[in-house]
Amino acid sequence: MNNLLVAENVSKQFGNFTALNNISLEIPRGSIFGLLGPNGAGKTTFIRIINQITLPDSGRMLLDGRALQPNDIQHIGYLPEERGLYKSMKVGEQALYLAQLKGLSKAEAKERLQYWFKRLNIEDWWGKKIQELSKGMAQKVQFVVTVLHRPKLLIFDEPFSGFDPVNANLIKDEILQLRRDGATILFSTHRMESVEEMCDYMALIHRGNKLLDGEVNEIKRQYKSNTYEVGLMAARPENLRKELEEKFRISDTEFKSINDDLKLQIQIEGDASPNELLTFLTSRAEVNHFVEVIPSVNDIFIKTVTTNA
Amino acid sequence: MRNLKLIIRREYLARVKNKAFIVMTFLSPLILVGMIVLIAYLVNLNSEEQHVIGVNDESGIFVEDFDSSKDVKFIDLSNIELEAAKTIVKEKEYYGLLHIPQLQENKVPEIEFFAKEAPAFGFLSEIEKTIAEKLTNRQLLARGIDLEVIASSRAKVDIGIQNFSGEKTSKMSTYVKMFFGGAAGYLLMMFIIIYGNMVMRSVIEEKTNRIIEIIISSVKPIHLMLGKILGTSLAGITQFLIWVILGGVMLTVITAISGMSMAELHGPQQQAMEQISDNELQQLVIDIANLPMLLLLVSFLVYFIGGYFLYSAIYAAIGAAVDNETDTQQFMLPVILPLMLGIYVGFFAVIENPHGVVSTVFSMIPLTSPIVMLMRIPFGVAWWEIAISIAILFLTIAGVVWVAAKIYRVGILMYGKKPGYKDLYKWLKY
Repeated sequence: MNNLLVAENVSKQFGNFTALNNISLEIPRGSIFGLLGPNGAGKTTFIRIINQITLPDSGRMLLDGRALQPNDIQHIGYLPEERGLYKSMKVGEQALYLAQLKGLSKAEAKERLQYWFKRLNIEDWWGKKIQELSKGMAQKVQFVVTVLHRPKLLIFDEPFSGFDPVNANLIKDEILQLRRDGATILFSTHRMESVEEMCDYMALIHRGNKLLDGEVNEIKRQYKSNTYEVGLMAARPENLRKELEEKFRISDTEFKSINDDLKLQIQIEGDASPNELLTFLTSRAEVNHFVEVIPSVNDIFIKTVTTNA
Repeated sequence: MRNLKLIIRREYLARVKNKAFIVMTFLSPLILVGMIVLIAYLVNLNSEEQHVIGVNDESGIFVEDFDSSKDVKFIDLSNIELEAAKTIVKEKEYYGLLHIPQLQENKVPEIEFFAKEAPAFGFLSEIEKTIAEKLTNRQLLARGIDLEVIASSRAKVDIGIQNFSGEKTSKMSTYVKMFFGGAAGYLLMMFIIIYGNMVMRSVIEEKTNRIIEIIISSVKPIHLMLGKILGTSLAGITQFLIWVILGGVMLTVITAISGMSMAELHGPQQQAMEQISDNELQQLVIDIANLPMLLLLVSFLVYFIGGYFLYSAIYAAIGAAVDNETDTQQFMLPVILPLMLGIYVGFFAVIENPHGVVSTVFSMIPLTSPIVMLMRIPFGVAWWEIAISIAILFLTIAGVVWVAAKIYRVGILMYGKKPGYKDLYKWLKY
């Protein structure tokens, strides 16, 4: 059983609006899974179904191979996009309260909270009220509360919004550490950089439909077009350009370089090897830049969403 | 169950630790007492002013019958012309001038009262009574009837009311019943409005704080809703108990103080008066003791819980549907209306006829039954009527809580949109 969470044909309607249409997903154990989609795609509805906040109209969710049960809430940690804390309650008090709601005993919750507060350097906030803290500070408290009960599945909805870069990095490292400790992580975001950086798997939903899913690298391989970015130093660049134009599909490109080179993107036939291109180029000019163009998640996202619009 | 307890505890503490709550709990009895003292003082002040009235009695028969008192002083202006009397009254800034023209053959004269402002109703009727009595006596004398005979043959009737099982009641007991029923109904309404609003505000607070989704991922919405209602009601009961205790203490203190001052005032006259009022007081005590106190107390508790639950669930649903308190206005009317209706039906229909059709029907309709039935119970209601009313109430509560929970479940996650009744209906089907 390699998948921690499996969604089987999950659908959800709100009146006439289809929020999720027959979504099936598999989230492998120990992975960081990116759930992507534009605003209103159905990401939050999907996550709420995992958290049993909303019930699906049809289909089912399996956690560890079993259908989700009310008790499974203890195995899930959820940081919603719309998040906040009680303004007039003290930080320590409400962290204890939220931890107890997740099933921890008071003593246990207190011990773990002290550990985490020390770890994130926020021990002196214990007796403060939330209204005295900044937004970023409150977010740290929320993060602690989300992970405190050591859930198997962690769900972060736009986790970095509201953090300054220093704290965003701190939280990112903590998330990676949690993964190393055995947690499975589901990210919902429309920030592609973080998916690029952290996710092993991803799925793209748009208007309630799943457009693609799988391993990030695998998807990138599917979307690559055998295009290479090259920088060439030739005695007569115009001639070389003409010669290349006859053999390949080329286009101008820009990248940073200290030389005054001819900068091109060259696409080769699907079955051709990049080595052949390289051999050809070295015979004509000095090659000081040769990189395969890998589509970014951002490119894939925009391409898929616009072609399916 | 464990979570429900945690939620109740948090809600209770959040209410009770609130500064406004603490201030209100300890201040409002003081404010109430202060108000009563202030009103008593002002009334006293008002009547301490002595009005001076000029009397222009052309026949001179009536003027000696107007006895000056603490409140009113009569000055005889009978020997001068009316116009002259008027000028005197105006110049000396008297309160008014009473003009009684010459009597003509025992016909009732056209009496006039001149004043800058219309005098108090009670004051005028007092004067009318004095003149009427004098005139009546004069006419009786003129027809040769002895006043002594009339005085001795005047009969005093006091009907003693008994019910068929032989229990004696008095007219006073109707007032006692009205008072107890009305107080219970009114108290219930106040509690529902104050604490229902608290539930609603606490739901809105969770929405505006954006903590709701964090909580909802750990507990079921219905548990959260019930926890809120229960926690808040416990806070209300705490406040109520504190008030009862404070009230008891204050009452003892006040009676101790006023009891001492009464003892100082004890004169022979006072004792005579007290004997009369002692009889009435005894009757009052008997009437209160005759009330079905246990039934009243138990049914107050049952209707209190039922009514509070019914309305709190509605309040919670309203709180869940909106983003801020100003948006609640459109939903408030259907909540306030039945409560007001209950109070009005109670104060008019029930007191007029506690067992009439209107009273009976409204003590069955669940939205008004807690108030109306509480007002009816002191007048004696058949046990099966109470049973049916309570059964309907609790069945309705089950239904309303179910509907409210559905609206609540969807509403707490809805932001930005101001929903109408149509949306609420749609949410029921999500």
